[in-house]
This record gives sequence, C-alpha cells and structure tokens, in this order.
Amino acid sequence: MFEHYVSLFVRAVFVENMALAFFLGMCTFIAISKKISTAIGLGIAVIVVQTITVPVNNLILHYLLNEGALSWTGIDALANLDLRFLGLLSYIGVIAAIVQILEMTLDKYVPSLYNALGIFLPLITVNCAILGASLFMVERDYNLGESVVYGIGAGTGWALAITLLAGIREKLKYSDVPDGLKGLGITFITVGLMSLGFMSFSGVQL
Amino acid sequence: MAEKTKDLLFGPIFDNNPIALQILGICSALAVTSNLSTTVTMCIALTLVTAFSNFFVSTVRNVIPSSIRIIVQMTIIASLVIVVDQFLKAYAYGISKQLSVFVGLIITNCIVMGRAEAFAMKNAPIPSFMDGVGNGLGYSVLLLCLGFVRELFGAGSLFGIQVLPTTADGGWYATNGLLLLPPSAFFLIGFFIWAVRTWKPEQVEEDTFKMKPHTRVSDAF
Repeated sequence: MFEHYVSLFVRAVFVENMALAFFLGMCTFIAISKKISTAIGLGIAVIVVQTITVPVNNLILHYLLNEGALSWTGIDALANLDLRFLGLLSYIGVIAAIVQILEMTLDKYVPSLYNALGIFLPLITVNCAILGASLFMVERDYNLGESVVYGIGAGTGWALAITLLAGIREKLKYSDVPDGLKGLGITFITVGLMSLGFMSFSGVQL
Repeated sequence: MAEKTKDLLFGPIFDNNPIALQILGICSALAVTSNLSTTVTMCIALTLVTAFSNFFVSTVRNVIPSSIRIIVQMTIIASLVIVVDQFLKAYAYGISKQLSVFVGLIITNCIVMGRAEAFAMKNAPIPSFMDGVGNGLGYSVLLLCLGFVRELFGAGSLFGIQVLPTTADGGWYATNGLLLLPPSAFFLIGFFIWAVRTWKPEQVEEDTFKMKPHTRVSDAF
C-alpha cells in the first residue's frame, strides 16, 4: 500500500510532470520565471493550493456530483441524480474559494509568508495546473488517499520545474541571443529542451 | 468606426498576438496541436468562448462590484465552457475524448480571462465581442501553423488524410517522430516568435543586461 503511494508520488513529480510533460500552467510558468526567489515563492504557493484543492474536489465529486452520490441524504429523488456536468463549474468555484480562504488565513496568522507570496496567491486561481490536477484526478478515478498524494506530487513537480527554469533564465540573460529570439523566444526553446530532458523519465517503470 | 473594428479584429493576429507577445494561453497551444482536426476544434471552441465571455462580461460590467468580479467572470466563462464541452461530447465524441481535459481547461486559459479583465471590463459589448473574436483568431493562426507543420512533417498527413507517402507504406517520406512529441511545439513557437519579430522589429524585447563591446586588455586597466 505504502509502495503504491510512493510510486504515485514519484510518477506525479517526474514522469507526469505538470509543467514539462502536460504543459499546464504554462502562462505563469513562462511569465514569472525571471528570478529564482519569486519562482520558489510561487512554487510553494502552488504546492499548498494543490494539496488542498485536489482532495476537496475529490470529496465533492464522490459525495455531491457522481451518479448516485447524493444517496447519503436518504431522499429518493436525489439518489439517482447525475450532476457530473456541473463538475467544471464546481471545481473552479472550489479553487477560487480555497485560494481566497487561504489568502485570508495567511494574512491573519502567517503575515510573513503572506507578504512573501504577494500577488501570486490570487493569480493561482487561473493557473491551469491547479484545475488540470483536479480534472486528471477525476479522469483517473483516484480515491481520497491517492488524491492527497497526487496533489502534493503534482504541486512539487510544477514547483521543481519553475525553479529550474528560473535558474537557467538568470544565467541566460548574460548571453548574446539573436535579436528576434530575445526574451520570450529563447525561453520557449529552453523549455522545449528541458521538456525533452524530462521525457527520459517516461521510460521509468514504477 | 469601421477602422476601429478592423483593428480590433485583425490587430491581435500579428501586431499583438496573444501567444507570441502577450504570453497568454500557451498551455493548450502545445498539447492539442499534434494533429489538425483537434487543433481546429480547439480553435473554434476557444474563439467562441472568448468572444461570448467578452460580450457577457461587458454587458454586466457596470453592475458587478470589483471585489467579486473574478468570481463573476469565472462563472460566466465556466458556464460557456460547459456548453462547449457538452456539445462536443454529444456531436464529436471521438475528438472530445482526444482533447480530454483540455476543453475544461479553456476556463483557465489566460486569453479568455485576460481579455475579459483587460478589455471587456472597460468597453461596450460589441467592441468587446470583436476583441474576443480577434484574439481568438490570433490564437488560431498560431495553433493552425503549429498543427499544420506538426501533422504534415510528423505523420505525413493533413486532417488524417495521407499527403506525403511514408516509408512505412512503401513511399519516400521518412516521418519525423520528434514533431509528434509535445516538446517540438516549444521549438516551433520559439521559431514562430523569431519570424514575427524579424518581420516586425518593434516587438523585440529590450536587453536586461547590456553587453560591453570587446575591449583589449590594455584598455581595461
């Protein structure tokens, strides 16, 4: 059982890396990777939010939306409802709400972390890696335990990737790049090379 | 007025391309472009969602308090995406399966959100609608280029119809497998940006660090 969770975690971090294998959260990934320190802050925020939202969405799916999920209410009319078409709306609602709650809690109890994360926290709502993880959880039918592990893993993988990219870009700004490729162009090509590197993990059998 | 509409519609295609210049909506550009039929579906879906979400957000822009505007925009966008998702599941189930989570991810596609926030919140419904269509087109042009190159040279076909006879079927064209893998999309976007910026040099980014001209050792001291 323990081995199963470890392999799920390693798979989520390396083999199915959110940023470099599925290209989720690319907009933030490319826009906010100019400095290592901000990249790390954003990475931590993503890990925290993923760890909370994926399990919560899992509970919502199993106790509210799935076919027959409402049978715990004991009302016949509700027991046969299939509300899965409301999935997208509820997941994004949950994510937006949790980010908001997290923001308020941090502001009250851990102001130092709140100040460090700054603008990144609200931005996370529209980061596709967060919604993507919840959608993959639904598609692969994870249970509660698996979805906790998957959330942590997916967040860690994304944080690792953005930190690596920021490291490369900090060095890259001293190099002599052709005019048209400066900035965005060369960043895309760098990410392409990194993602080729991460593809070598896809052969790993777990 | 006609001039302005034209600007709104065609400006985003090369002058202010959402992907190449504004860094918006990259995620799906990479994942869905390995063949043309999914690319076209995605382009149509995104253009429609952007246009209509801009239109509706702009319609209600004067009555939503700014503290909850993100949630309101999200709800509008999510409802539109649900319509698209259900439509695809009903009429194009195969393609909907191939696109998997990426239809749902239109919700968090930064183009939709970014245009709603940056343009629709400040402008009347009709220009907002045009802006949405324009940005959708800018996104589509880049995606179609990518999809065309990747499918033609990666699999030798277009829309699944064999164009270049591949060596596997006894033809002459050896397929380039790399183009079917996701990383190739990064290289192609990089080159696309290079091409656009060579053509329109005003888009070139400023150096963050100025390189000093070569100096002789004796000058340096």
